[in-house]
Amino acid sequence: MSRRQRVAENLNDALHHLLAAHPGTYVIGEDLADPYGGAFKVTRGLSDRFPDQVLSSPLSEGGIAGVGAGLALAGNRSVVEVMFSDFAALAFDPLLNFAAKSVSMYGRRVPMSMVVRCPTGGNRGYGPTHSQSLQKHFLGIPSLHLREVTPFHDNRRVLTAMLDREEPGVLFEDKVLYTRAMYRDGVVDDLFRYEVLTDPAETARVFAPDCGPPDWIVLAPGGLTERAVAALRSLLLEEEITCELLVPSQLYPFDTEALLPVLSRAGRVCVVEDSTADGTWGELLAQRLHERLWRRLARPVLALSAGPSIVPTAAHLEHEVLPQSSTIHRAIVEATK
Amino acid sequence: MNVTSASPAVGPRPATGPEYAPERDPGGGAAGPPLSRLSDADLDTLLMIRHFELAVLELFSQGKLHGTTHTCLGQEYIPVALYPLLGDGDYVFSNHRGHGHYLARFQDPHGLLAEIMGRDGAVCHGVGGSQHIYRDRYLSTGVQGQSLPVAVGVGLHLKRAEPGRIAVVHIGDGTWGEGAVYEALNMAGLWQVPVLVVVEHNGIAQSTPTERQMAGTVAARAAAFGVGHLRIDSVDVTDVRAALTPVVGQVRDRHQPYVVECVTHRVGPHSKGDDTRPPEVRERAARHDWYRRYRHHHPGQFAAADRAQAEAVAAVVREVGARPASRWEAR
Repeated sequence: MSRRQRVAENLNDALHHLLAAHPGTYVIGEDLADPYGGAFKVTRGLSDRFPDQVLSSPLSEGGIAGVGAGLALAGNRSVVEVMFSDFAALAFDPLLNFAAKSVSMYGRRVPMSMVVRCPTGGNRGYGPTHSQSLQKHFLGIPSLHLREVTPFHDNRRVLTAMLDREEPGVLFEDKVLYTRAMYRDGVVDDLFRYEVLTDPAETARVFAPDCGPPDWIVLAPGGLTERAVAALRSLLLEEEITCELLVPSQLYPFDTEALLPVLSRAGRVCVVEDSTADGTWGELLAQRLHERLWRRLARPVLALSAGPSIVPTAAHLEHEVLPQSSTIHRAIVEATK
Repeated sequence: MNVTSASPAVGPRPATGPEYAPERDPGGGAAGPPLSRLSDADLDTLLMIRHFELAVLELFSQGKLHGTTHTCLGQEYIPVALYPLLGDGDYVFSNHRGHGHYLARFQDPHGLLAEIMGRDGAVCHGVGGSQHIYRDRYLSTGVQGQSLPVAVGVGLHLKRAEPGRIAVVHIGDGTWGEGAVYEALNMAGLWQVPVLVVVEHNGIAQSTPTERQMAGTVAARAAAFGVGHLRIDSVDVTDVRAALTPVVGQVRDRHQPYVVECVTHRVGPHSKGDDTRPPEVRERAARHDWYRRYRHHHPGQFAAADRAQAEAVAAVVREVGARPASRWEAR
């Protein structure tokens, strides 16, 4: 069996594909040029192969988001890399007030094919300004959609769908996940299998075959996959609690309605995410699920997130703030009693 | 000027009001050398914009407009001088003070007034309003400095796909407080992007005089990025156009960014009824107003054109004001 592709390689392959497929596609970002090829090597080989389509930019996150929006306004497709998602705060105005609003504020639909890629999340010891998960800060913006990279979804398809939508989007890419392998052929490991559902968010469903209806359904963005699967395993083997994991490709807008048949198979639902506590994606989902599933749920949705804290640097401190597999395991055991 | 919006059109009427008071001061209270005689077309555009802006302020004072506006009284000559040098393929990025830019480009007072009033036939169906307009390759937006990086992106596209076309960005002196301006100038200089930045330096950012909001100069800031800079002090359309012609040619042919700083005078308020400048400062701006100067130097041509444009705008106000509300269908 051939070596499975790593997530960063899959993203790199997707960007090569996009630039080759459309000469009017541009990739813009800091330190993208070869031989460096980007801080996380996701853009490796692009500037050598497509010198006219790759712009290795000055340190100007707001500026390059605006340039990407200008290219999109003129009918191109732009992919803007923000080196660490924390710095997307510097690009908030061009995204919120220009790119997203332009889709509708001129009274007719203005196509804006633009993706801002954001290497995100912690567990790598980069400290408070390089480790945060900012997804929650981009929720609820008209015409701005959010996706997160997962090991289940091929990024050619993800990025193509985002650009075909003709609305700006933000793609969150967990920095630990970069180094992990893509899953394929419906296999996660010896215990778990997966399938990708046909709901609008293209949710991946991870399950243990022949276990019947699950006790719990865990909903998590792609960056949590490894920690969530580890929790599924320990809960099954050590506690005899069966869980399924749902990992959507698209985080927002999120169509909970389409997932209700899957979600209503369990009496208990847990949402888990890396964003700082309060006002989060998981809370939004929990609120919607309470409205639609209240009578069927054995207990309120269990919402797990990072603590109400900055993300500290030292490994033991960072481990305490961000949800780990043990956090998920313990919380679910406690909530099952 | 009669700007009753609900009454049906009853044919042209002579405009009345303070703008038409007989000139008591034979010198006209006008500063500077005589302005050159313009073509009727240029004069008509200048006067259309002037009367449009006065009509907007009048409509506000009558409570017939919703929201806010920023008129370009005193600065009308800048787009009138520049736009004959542009083609349909060139992009124009306008700002909050953009009525004159739109009118000089499209000669469409009906569409703009309908947009401001939220009436049928509005350029953007009343969704954008006074400061968010997109038509063909003209786009305005309301956040200061935001359009400069966007123009760099558009300029990159033009340089690659449609060489010879340019992106023009109108900003004010206050806009130079925004960091986006410098990120954009850096990239425009670095990548040699055909962006023409037109600074309408009217000496005041909303209520704050330039000397209390800007250290150094626009010229030195452009020089820091290796970007060409030209200062234009004249308000004479002929002079301004002659000064702009080689600059536009250079941006177009050499794909180089350029900053043109038009020293101008805001004759009216920032928005509406919010001019807190001392009377002597307002009078100084008024003495530089091209309107007063042109009326003094070319009374015959001026009087007929002024009356005609005042009547035309009054008719636009009546006609658009009688239209039904706009509808936002493509949400």
